[in-house]
Amino acid sequence: MALLVIGLPIAYWLTFSKWRWKFLVESIVALPLVLPPTVLGFYILVAIGPHSPIGRLYTDIVGQTLPFSFQGLLVASILYSLPFAVQPFATAFDQVDRNLIEASWTLGLSKAKTFFKLIIPLSTAGVITGAVLSFAHTLGEFGVVLMVGGNIEGVTRTVSIDIYDDVQALNYSAAANTALFLLVVSYAVLLFIYAMNRKVWAVWPQK
Amino acid sequence: MAAEVAIEITKTFPARACISAELKYELQQATALVLFGPSGSGKTTVLRSIAGLEWPERGRIRFISRTWLDTAAGIRVAPQDRQIGYMAQDYALFPTHTVAGNIAYGLSALTAAERNRRVDEMVELFQLRGLETSKPRELSGGQQQRVALARAVAPRPQLLLLDEPLSALDIPTRMQLRGELRTLLKRLALPSIIVTHDWAETLSLGDLVAVMGEGQVIQVGSPQEVFCRPANATVAQIVGVETVIEGHVIEEADGLATVRVNGTLLKGLGGYAIGSPVFVCVRAEDVVLEQGSTGLTSARNHLNGKVIGIIPHGVMVHVKIDCGFPLVAMVTRGAQQELGIELGSPVVAIIKAGAVHLVARME
Repeated sequence: MALLVIGLPIAYWLTFSKWRWKFLVESIVALPLVLPPTVLGFYILVAIGPHSPIGRLYTDIVGQTLPFSFQGLLVASILYSLPFAVQPFATAFDQVDRNLIEASWTLGLSKAKTFFKLIIPLSTAGVITGAVLSFAHTLGEFGVVLMVGGNIEGVTRTVSIDIYDDVQALNYSAAANTALFLLVVSYAVLLFIYAMNRKVWAVWPQK
Repeated sequence: MAAEVAIEITKTFPARACISAELKYELQQATALVLFGPSGSGKTTVLRSIAGLEWPERGRIRFISRTWLDTAAGIRVAPQDRQIGYMAQDYALFPTHTVAGNIAYGLSALTAAERNRRVDEMVELFQLRGLETSKPRELSGGQQQRVALARAVAPRPQLLLLDEPLSALDIPTRMQLRGELRTLLKRLALPSIIVTHDWAETLSLGDLVAVMGEGQVIQVGSPQEVFCRPANATVAQIVGVETVIEGHVIEEADGLATVRVNGTLLKGLGGYAIGSPVFVCVRAEDVVLEQGSTGLTSARNHLNGKVIGIIPHGVMVHVKIDCGFPLVAMVTRGAQQELGIELGSPVVAIIKAGAVHLVARME
């Protein structure tokens, strides 16, 4: 959900901005794809820690610290999964005919209204792909979570860390169950996305 | 302030002629201005600048008392706030919406009841009854064009902008819809600006023509003025039709129409109702000159006339003939000498019926 709210505007901007230094932002958004999770986790930890301006601001407002809490984990997950959401969004927006958007503008619809009334319906498949893919990716992340969230049961322990713990404790059967669960979920998610993009069910009208 | 549109814009392109167009035209009820010129002459850029979809580097665009663009004063009115109807070359219908949905798209400011009423009006006016729930891809080219026009007109714009309204259609449909479009535009009584590169469209749709070439507006005038009295050689070359004269169809048989022009009868390709007013258009190179009639030829039109003007034109010569109406013929210098063509000499002008183009006009 949070990824939708943040990812859609970024993708819109990336697609339609004519700013010549746009690629700088594009690369930053894509950075989590290539960066080792621990590196990313480390920087996020430092950035949101109690000694950084962001961390202090958060503590002043909410009265809690960000690292090793669910909220901190959320921030980290958003940053880490952003490219998985933004890139399908941007690709989908890019395929929307510019002429249609211009027609909408001349009919008096603001850019925001055009976005919701025209661009989103025309790129449903891309938006769902991005949302599902980033959700699945968040489920399975490990390194960033370990760095930022720690491993506190019921608070910041995610499924993949659970597996790691079980293996460390030589508790192989529990690890196998959880791993199988993740495997099935991931496979199902990918099945869904690929089937949808091939329009197997033809739920979405062909263009 | 006079009810007029004033445009003065400059825009440069890499590796192309820069556009610096100046145009001013008075809005009268239902005046249709045609921006006419070859592709690459900048007419679409001018139209898109008026729509607010393209931003010239320098310039001003004023519509009646409102300034839409003034780069010096930093005024840039967004397309949303210009109250225009714009129709793109490919119509740009929304594939996710039905015909009714497309027409209603720009009407979100109205209440549901008002909106339905307006859509219904448009469906009636543009003869789309029965197609309201169809998706654009199920429609023919002509139907798509009508939907696009209905959508542009539905929010009651102050100015209608049409970019090559007929070029997306195949040729027979285009001929048929040319007349339909003209009738619709007249009935809408909206000032409009139409971009086209087709001279027949220009003649039948325009009350006023602005000829564009290499990024500049070269001549503005009535269609007949521009076609028959081009301001300079560039305009003449762009226009390419030297004789345009008003006439009436008086007979129609076997697909051949007989047209009366100032008492002279001409045969041309038909398809028009008897009595309908037309422009008779003849290219100078389609006119053959003869010294005294030698008898039968396959050409349908033999006109006796007198040479009233000789204008050298490169290796060719434009010969102006009075044969009940002024007609321009183009011959080589050699032919001119052989035939002894000089001012006042009698000649016979021969034109094939297929070279006499008839374009419907409004009276």
